[in-house]
Amino acid sequence: MTQMFVLLTVLAYLLSLCLYVSLLYAGKEIAGRLATVLMFLGLACHYLSLLARAKASHTVPYHDLQGSMSLFGWLLAVTYLCLEIYHRQRTVGAFVVPIILAFFCAAYLLPNHASQPSQVHGVVFALHVTLSILAYAGFALSCVLSVMFLGEERLLRIRKLGDVVWRLPSLELLERMSHTSVLVGLVTIGVGTVLGFVAVDRQAGQHWYFDPKYIVTVLVVVLYAVYFQLARTAVWRGARASLLCVFNFVLVVLSFTVVNLYFSPHHRYF
Amino acid sequence: MEIVLVGLNFRTASIEVREKASFSGVQAQRAAEELKTRGILEETLVLSTCNRSEVYGVHPVANRESAAALSSFLSTFHEVLPDQLNPSLYHHYDHDAVRHLFRVSAGLESMLLGEAEILGQVRDAYLRAHENHVTGPVLNRLFQAALEIGKRVRAETELGTRPMGVASAGMKLAERIFGKLQERSALVLGAGTISEQVVSQLRDRRIKHLYLMNRSREKAEEFAKQYGGEVLNWGEWDTSLKFPDVIVSAVGVQDYLVTKPMVEKAMASRGNRALFLMDLAMPRNIDPAVAEIYNVYLYSMEDLTEIVKQNRDARQSEVPKAEVLVEDHVAKFISWQTSVELTGVLDSLRGNLKQRRAHFLAEKLAGMNHFSAEDRERIGEMMDELIEQLLLHPAERLRTEKELRRKIQNIEAIRDLYLSHREKP
Repeated sequence: MTQMFVLLTVLAYLLSLCLYVSLLYAGKEIAGRLATVLMFLGLACHYLSLLARAKASHTVPYHDLQGSMSLFGWLLAVTYLCLEIYHRQRTVGAFVVPIILAFFCAAYLLPNHASQPSQVHGVVFALHVTLSILAYAGFALSCVLSVMFLGEERLLRIRKLGDVVWRLPSLELLERMSHTSVLVGLVTIGVGTVLGFVAVDRQAGQHWYFDPKYIVTVLVVVLYAVYFQLARTAVWRGARASLLCVFNFVLVVLSFTVVNLYFSPHHRYF
Repeated sequence: MEIVLVGLNFRTASIEVREKASFSGVQAQRAAEELKTRGILEETLVLSTCNRSEVYGVHPVANRESAAALSSFLSTFHEVLPDQLNPSLYHHYDHDAVRHLFRVSAGLESMLLGEAEILGQVRDAYLRAHENHVTGPVLNRLFQAALEIGKRVRAETELGTRPMGVASAGMKLAERIFGKLQERSALVLGAGTISEQVVSQLRDRRIKHLYLMNRSREKAEEFAKQYGGEVLNWGEWDTSLKFPDVIVSAVGVQDYLVTKPMVEKAMASRGNRALFLMDLAMPRNIDPAVAEIYNVYLYSMEDLTEIVKQNRDARQSEVPKAEVLVEDHVAKFISWQTSVELTGVLDSLRGNLKQRRAHFLAEKLAGMNHFSAEDRERIGEMMDELIEQLLLHPAERLRTEKELRRKIQNIEAIRDLYLSHREKP
């Protein structure tokens, strides 16, 4: 059953990607609409595969690296679809779906690590993890949008307009979309972090213990808040703010990988 | 039945002839009514734009003679000598007429390849003719299909998406930066023809604030009266460069009007918000070094001309795709037309056979006195049943099989074969 959901998810995402690319290169509006429908289908199948994974391992899907990656991909897809509907802009799909697909495939292709059961459980803990991963998804999306901004801005500056530039969102819209995703990331990481403290407090009876993850998370929040503020100032607005956004995401990736795997005993996979 | 088209366009007629042969709304209505009442056409529709005047019609008999009558009517109607008008006219029948209309609707026959206005003009002409009851089932179906193909070509190809003029290309570029321009402001330097084109583009995009600046304030005010906008004093660069998001310059001067320090100052006072500059003058009005400033996008006439050239090539490359769509719709329409005509032919054939059956039975049964009246009636019923069966099966197939309808190319041949006295369905 899990296998079937995995295959269906890959198929739906792949087809959706092809259609998004077709929208970008051929400008076929109908392709864009179909791509969105397939994204929804992929999202549903992805959810069912996450559910099947959780049932098979008798635990939540984020207790191992693969599960966390898959959940990240799913939340990225959810965030992207919300953004697509809110801003009525489909051409970004061609840049986001490959990332979703890569995370989903990696989750099923990477060798299985023996996962250590987490010491913390419960709804609050589940929310803490889900919101944290949702924040990473929001930041990832803002990074993609910032890279798109930098690329389009560069092409407009050097006056090399190919076929694609005419179909990309305007620079102003890319900026707005990036701000929306950062805002989603900031709010969810803020709430998620507070819930993390509550969960640990409830189950371990500890108010605080040192974990490098805290430092990095605070740094991420501060840097994104700075980006949010700087993007509105004279010196930073435009390409410079987008560069800062990309830099911030590099830190998020480090937090998600290096810090989790080597420095934080309590945050292995999220 | 035949569909006929007689018309002229920018390719076949000079502007003088086009002017003489054009129809106003009232004239189009009067011409269509006259064509119907005089019995020249059964259904009719006049399509008249600045680049073409075309009359579409349906004639009940496919004799390829209606075009001549229509040409003669146009000469009389417009009071133009046939010798002057006829060389510019083109005639198309059936497939060719349908294909021509679909190409017109798709923008493939337009002077500016892929332009969108023609679709609206076709729609207006159809609605007007429909309201005046001069169209019938064939032209209704034909023009609805034409509107459909027009929309489809624009949705599925890039024929009409890219800007083809320097001013519109510039505006599209501004939209790449700012999105919709409704909440933006623009400053236009100069009050010549190019500025006029730019202002028209800006007005189409409902720009929020339009500022105009010209060396002659009087001319700028005249311009503002015509197009709207606020006139600024020439030379007040510090204040005038501060607010607009789009600056377009088309002034005939030898030195740069807008220099790098001026734009730097303006950018500082506008908090580095993006600024789009279009230099449409020759020699240039804006120092090229302005492009080095952060968040400033400068496009010269040369840059925009290159973009327009690329777009023109790109539109041209979309023509084969649009033609495939047109052919698809032509085949669909012809298939529908054939099915309608064949149904008519089959109805006539049924009537003909029943009539012959009556004569046949009366003749053959005349000497067969051993048949009772009841038997004769029964034989008649059986023959009717046979005729129905013979006709029902092909009729049903024609109704359901598109491919079969496509294969039947010449409906007139069938009519001649079975209805030798040319009964009209």
